[in-house]
Amino acid sequence: MFFVTYKTMLSNPYAEALKKKGNALFIPFAVLGDPNKDESLQIIRTLIENGADALELGFPFSDPPADGPIIQAADVRALHSGIKIDDCFDILEEVRSDTDIPIGLLVYYNLVLQRGTEKFYEDCARVGVNSVLIADLPLEHAQEVVPLARKHGIAPVFLVSELTTKERLQQIGKLADGYLYVVSYLGVTGVTNAILGENIHTVIQRIRPHTSLPLFVGFGINTVEQVQAAVDAGADGVIVGSRIVQEFPSMQMIANVCRELQPGSKKNMESSSAPLLS
Amino acid sequence: MKTLGQFGPPTSSGQAFGGCYVSELLIPVLSEVEAAFLQYKDDPVFQKELHDLLRDFAGRPTPITELPTLSKEFGCRVVLKREDLLHGGAHKTNNVIGQALLAKRMGKAELIAETGAGQHGVATAMAGALFNLPVKIFMGAKDIERQHPNVQRMKLFGAEVISVNSGSQSLKDAINDALRYWTAHSKDTYYVFGTVAGPHPFPSLVAYFQRVIGDEARVQCLERYGRLPHTVCACVGGGSNAIGIFKAFLDDAEVQLVGVEPAGEGIETGKHGAALGMGRPGSLHGSYSYCLQDEDGQIQEAHSISAGLDYPGVGPEHSFLKDRQRAQYVSITDQEAVAAFLLLTRKEGIIPALEPSHAIAAAQKIASSLKKEDILLINLSGRGDKDIDHVLRYLQNHAV
Repeated sequence: MFFVTYKTMLSNPYAEALKKKGNALFIPFAVLGDPNKDESLQIIRTLIENGADALELGFPFSDPPADGPIIQAADVRALHSGIKIDDCFDILEEVRSDTDIPIGLLVYYNLVLQRGTEKFYEDCARVGVNSVLIADLPLEHAQEVVPLARKHGIAPVFLVSELTTKERLQQIGKLADGYLYVVSYLGVTGVTNAILGENIHTVIQRIRPHTSLPLFVGFGINTVEQVQAAVDAGADGVIVGSRIVQEFPSMQMIANVCRELQPGSKKNMESSSAPLLS
Repeated sequence: MKTLGQFGPPTSSGQAFGGCYVSELLIPVLSEVEAAFLQYKDDPVFQKELHDLLRDFAGRPTPITELPTLSKEFGCRVVLKREDLLHGGAHKTNNVIGQALLAKRMGKAELIAETGAGQHGVATAMAGALFNLPVKIFMGAKDIERQHPNVQRMKLFGAEVISVNSGSQSLKDAINDALRYWTAHSKDTYYVFGTVAGPHPFPSLVAYFQRVIGDEARVQCLERYGRLPHTVCACVGGGSNAIGIFKAFLDDAEVQLVGVEPAGEGIETGKHGAALGMGRPGSLHGSYSYCLQDEDGQIQEAHSISAGLDYPGVGPEHSFLKDRQRAQYVSITDQEAVAAFLLLTRKEGIIPALEPSHAIAAAQKIASSLKKEDILLINLSGRGDKDIDHVLRYLQNHAV
């Protein structure tokens, strides 16, 4: 018999961040190594200095079918600059030495497989990553990674959407840790002007009963109104990727977007008095 | 999903070939496709409709042709399975008619497809016209340029051809974009996947609709020669025509199966598309299978004169057949393929597509170990009209 001692997650860093802030979290996304190793680190520091409550960082991948053109272009820039996965871990290590905020990774499965799943999670633990979402690993294949993630104290994060059935929500609720990534609309990452309103509200109400994890909304979040709609619908945080990535590498523009899309910032409070946390 | 569509036991890395490695957002529609496939694959009414269409619309069964001149030159009986004579000009029609019927049953209002050489796009556009469904075809910008006649055909059938400018601007990028579009439109749209790759259930589903090639050819060989072929040879990009002809012979242990990958400008140059020969297992486009990739797992671009073979991955069942040593995989360069294209055209009066020209070139090498009476069955998966300009340009710059 083979016993695995799980490093029990004594506390969930995302839930703690939420408790500490008392307000929905702002979680910017960047592709590690975009546009190159040095500037990537500067960009991530800019995100932290401009109100990131947690970071969502992607490994550049040659074939990212869950991402739209902006993130794909970021992947291409990073890869063209010669970024390797080892470099991504180096950047993560430096970021972790700067900050205590939760760091999540968003990766494609082949990068995990080719590093070796166990080594991948070991490295994540070594550099202080808190959670990993594998974009192309659905519930069906979750057992290939979840035991190893938990063994190394990394929270396995899963995507949920308006199409996720109740049965799947229950299963995901049992497997997941850290937070759930609630997809705001059906499609790929990008910049949309879709009105989130009703739809996201319904989705969040459906998911809530199946998990006590924080629910972060992402995909297409682009405007103050969308951020507010997500928060009004009960989101515990918003993940903003393409809107920020399209400003790379202008630090000033990135800083502006971060401050503008901060949930519950002054501008937001004026436009709505809805409760921020349900 | 009812199953994961895995081929064989887990490999040493813990993953079995195949599977369904896609975003959670695609699981509902893939489950829907799987359920429809399981429901209709043994449904007599569906079967009859499919059979009638393949006969009356597409022209099945396609014949087998023994080549008089090449048989003498190669020193064995060289026999072609004539998928080039299928309506649309390639084996793709088998799969598309099957999937379009499924899409109709599922109540989907639009068809989308990726295409490399354009044959799958043409077949899907044709099915769209036949079944009165709007069609969007995703095609790499590089392929649009080199397969121009097929682009024109798709447009004539009324399909919208969407140029894909990302990545290598070829088949793999067309698949990425088709998957992106499908993620956003899965409620109303059916993705007619063109080959035996991609997420479950496509590898099994496409193989199911393509196995008619081998089922017919096996019976035709037995009827005409009273025996099975010594060797069955087919080109492999994603691998649907090869799986289609191999399936019927998998249990005939004495029949050798040879898949032919593109060696492009030469394996040693690195500019090739030999996923099985030179790649290693990984996850691409939803399944775990051999693919061309670097150390980190970044997918590398494939290179081939033939747009239909220009793909860095391969269907997972081929990976399984390779590892189980049931099939052997070899590769043929651009130059060898063009030489075989000319050979068949000039000596037999048949213009093959560049894709199966690879199989003909490989057959010429294999033939040396066969006896005079041995049957060497080659799947002539498509006709070469689409390639004429491309070959003529190649000949201006290269000695063949």
